[in-house]
Amino acid sequence: MPDQPTVVRPPEADAVREPQPRPDHAAARAMKPGFIVKLVLMAMVNAFGLYGILAAAAVGSWGIAVFLVLAVAVADWAYFSRRAVPLKYLIPGLLFLLVYQLFTMVYTGYIAFTNYGDGHILNKTDAIASIELQTEKRVEGSASYPLTVLSDDDGLAFAIVRDGQPLVGSEDSPLEVASDATVAGASVTAVPGYDVLTFAEVAQRQAEVTSLRVEFPEDLGGGSLRTQDASNGFVFAPTLAYDEATDTFTNIEDGTVYTPDDRGNFVSADGQRLTPGWQVTVGFENFTTMFTDSRISGAFLQITVWTFAFAFLSVATTFVLGLGLALVFNDPRIRGRKLYRALMILPYAFPGFLAALVWRGMLNERFGFINEIIFQGADIPWLTDPWLAKLAILGVNLWLGFPYMFLICTGALQAIPGDVIESAKLDGASPFRVVTRIIYPLLLISVAPLLISSFAFNFNNFTLIYMLTGGGPNFPGSPLVIGSTDLLISMVYSVAFESGVKQYGLAAAVSILIFIVVGLISWLGFRRTRTLEEL
Amino acid sequence: MATTTTSTVTSATGETVTYRSDAPTGMKWWREVGWRHVVGVVVIIYCALPLLYVVSASLNPGGTLTGSNNLFRTFSLANFQRLFETDFASWAINSLVICSVTAVATVLMGGAAAYAFSRFRFRGRRASLTALLLIQMFPQMLAVVAIFLVLLTLKDVFPILGVNSQLALIFVYLGGALGVNTFLMYGFFNTVPREIDEAAKIDGASHAQIFWTIILRLVAPILAVVGLLSFVGTYGEFIIARTVLQSTDKLTLAVGLYQWASDERNAPWGQFAAGAVLSAIPVILLFLFLQKYIVSGLTAGSVKG
Repeated sequence: MPDQPTVVRPPEADAVREPQPRPDHAAARAMKPGFIVKLVLMAMVNAFGLYGILAAAAVGSWGIAVFLVLAVAVADWAYFSRRAVPLKYLIPGLLFLLVYQLFTMVYTGYIAFTNYGDGHILNKTDAIASIELQTEKRVEGSASYPLTVLSDDDGLAFAIVRDGQPLVGSEDSPLEVASDATVAGASVTAVPGYDVLTFAEVAQRQAEVTSLRVEFPEDLGGGSLRTQDASNGFVFAPTLAYDEATDTFTNIEDGTVYTPDDRGNFVSADGQRLTPGWQVTVGFENFTTMFTDSRISGAFLQITVWTFAFAFLSVATTFVLGLGLALVFNDPRIRGRKLYRALMILPYAFPGFLAALVWRGMLNERFGFINEIIFQGADIPWLTDPWLAKLAILGVNLWLGFPYMFLICTGALQAIPGDVIESAKLDGASPFRVVTRIIYPLLLISVAPLLISSFAFNFNNFTLIYMLTGGGPNFPGSPLVIGSTDLLISMVYSVAFESGVKQYGLAAAVSILIFIVVGLISWLGFRRTRTLEEL
Repeated sequence: MATTTTSTVTSATGETVTYRSDAPTGMKWWREVGWRHVVGVVVIIYCALPLLYVVSASLNPGGTLTGSNNLFRTFSLANFQRLFETDFASWAINSLVICSVTAVATVLMGGAAAYAFSRFRFRGRRASLTALLLIQMFPQMLAVVAIFLVLLTLKDVFPILGVNSQLALIFVYLGGALGVNTFLMYGFFNTVPREIDEAAKIDGASHAQIFWTIILRLVAPILAVVGLLSFVGTYGEFIIARTVLQSTDKLTLAVGLYQWASDERNAPWGQFAAGAVLSAIPVILLFLFLQKYIVSGLTAGSVKG
């Protein structure tokens, strides 16, 4: 960086202000309180980074570890070097941008090409471990042990009595003889260092209790100790054996061999699949599914069309009403104009999510204000009929959006020079002609970019749809929970988080399509405003 | 807005004055001015009805949808009292903390970035500005799936930055801090004459002193606008908050109130209405007092979030 403004300092000016030669910069900086603040902040950043590096290394998240090493190194260099002045101001924002916007965007792109989702959450190693665990069965003919559930700071533990001898073990430590345990009757009643769980506590932590596996020592037969009822323990052993050399699972009982396929599952010759599977890349499958899977493609097409229609109609209706009102109230002879304006922006000031929820109540089919009072007790299915729901959404969005259009149109109208309009009037133009031929074109110049961004905003107006109709009424027969008022963005949410089988890959693929559309819209916007040339 | 109003008035002064001296009366007044009042009243009823409805519902102790239809039949603060037996207070505090921290950090980071872009000429400056402009076109919520999965992974390393943490939510919001705001601020920073900081530099001020003590003060109006827009935007943000936060006491107002309003079986409607009134008041007040700033921010290219 050749031209660092801070380094360039007119020597004469310095000489006038400070007769003594300036001491070494580093020493001078060390005296300032600003430097101490910086030192403290950087110490915290480094400590945080170091902790993160160690923690990431401990759980094997090498990506995070490498990123943290780089980030801390760059930050230290930027803040302790005298050269990288602009970087000092950019780093905090850039770091957040990099992780939470740029990386997530790229990661979305990656997920779109995988089968990430329920049944394919894990990587292959974890999936193999999970299969071994899940296919465990009670060893046939094995004994049942009287069992007590214990807890300590680390979690739950089991104590059993085997041949009159108390044994204690937890998830991390195999069963061991605990000679200091108290045995009363058939079972253990107390172990020093542990609390015995009461019946109520067991009921509360039921899931934890039933999922706990305590390793059964090899010399006692191997396997693992588990319980279903918290009072009897059984020895479980896997029914499937994984062979690393051939990368296959074999059923110990009947010898069926399960080999990995390219879909991230172990499959037997006769097509039986072991769950869970693991993540694999599946190419364009998520994208082609949307267009070719007959159960989804119809719904997807409808949602796409509705998304465009909704965004366009929202902009059109709010703009027409907003412009109309701006024209009506752009007359200085109206008394109380300020009051009208202040009241008219109320819907705009009211938080959008609340407005959508209030309207949801008002539009309720049986008890809502609209049906009860305005339609005198009619049962109009505003939110449950596919077409009425669309109409209701547009109506509510009109209420939410027209004040914004009113504000920007008023601003734009007042910027139009009055003499242009005067001269048109003098030339005998009718008021209608003045509006359509003079005001409207002039207004559009300044308002068009805002209309484009409003389109882009409504294209992704998740909050309104989700709060008002939740995307419903749902399409019958679709494997995904999607409905006729869903937008593409709410479809993403539903596919990823609300459908019975979560399909992150498919959801990310839909996101990518939205990315493309939004990119195109914004590109159109840039072409109009030429923002890029003004940098 | 006020200044532009006067300018139009003066530009048409000649005519307006003659109108005023013999103001139109009777039919002429109706044709030219009166009907506009009719339009105004109709529009205001349309604007205010849902708001009156929710205020009325919040004062109705019955607390059901049907009971809320007769506007202002009853007056009782029971719903508001009941709010304090719920998680509402912690939601309000959560929202306030999350939005304030996000707004302040957004202002500081956006301001710092705008300062760098506006005052320093460095390699890659134009390229990074262009890149920022491109990135900010894409709303963060498009990547909500990836954000969720990233936070799921981060939970193993930094539990405090993982799923179901409010700090994680703030961090996610800060990912969008540079985008739009940097541009809004960059333009404003450029209007501050460079001579001011050059003079300070000659007097021996460091770049940090210039930034903190001179520039930030001169650009205070844009900082207020950005902070405010960020606050209001975060206040109403729903999709990311709903994905990240899971336990009931950690929710923001948007997610919490959604749960009440969408609860078909219990439908604590009166309670929801009271909560809605309380949560809308701060935002509406902010809007009314800072209308002028917000309108200028709007026309500079941001949209209601």
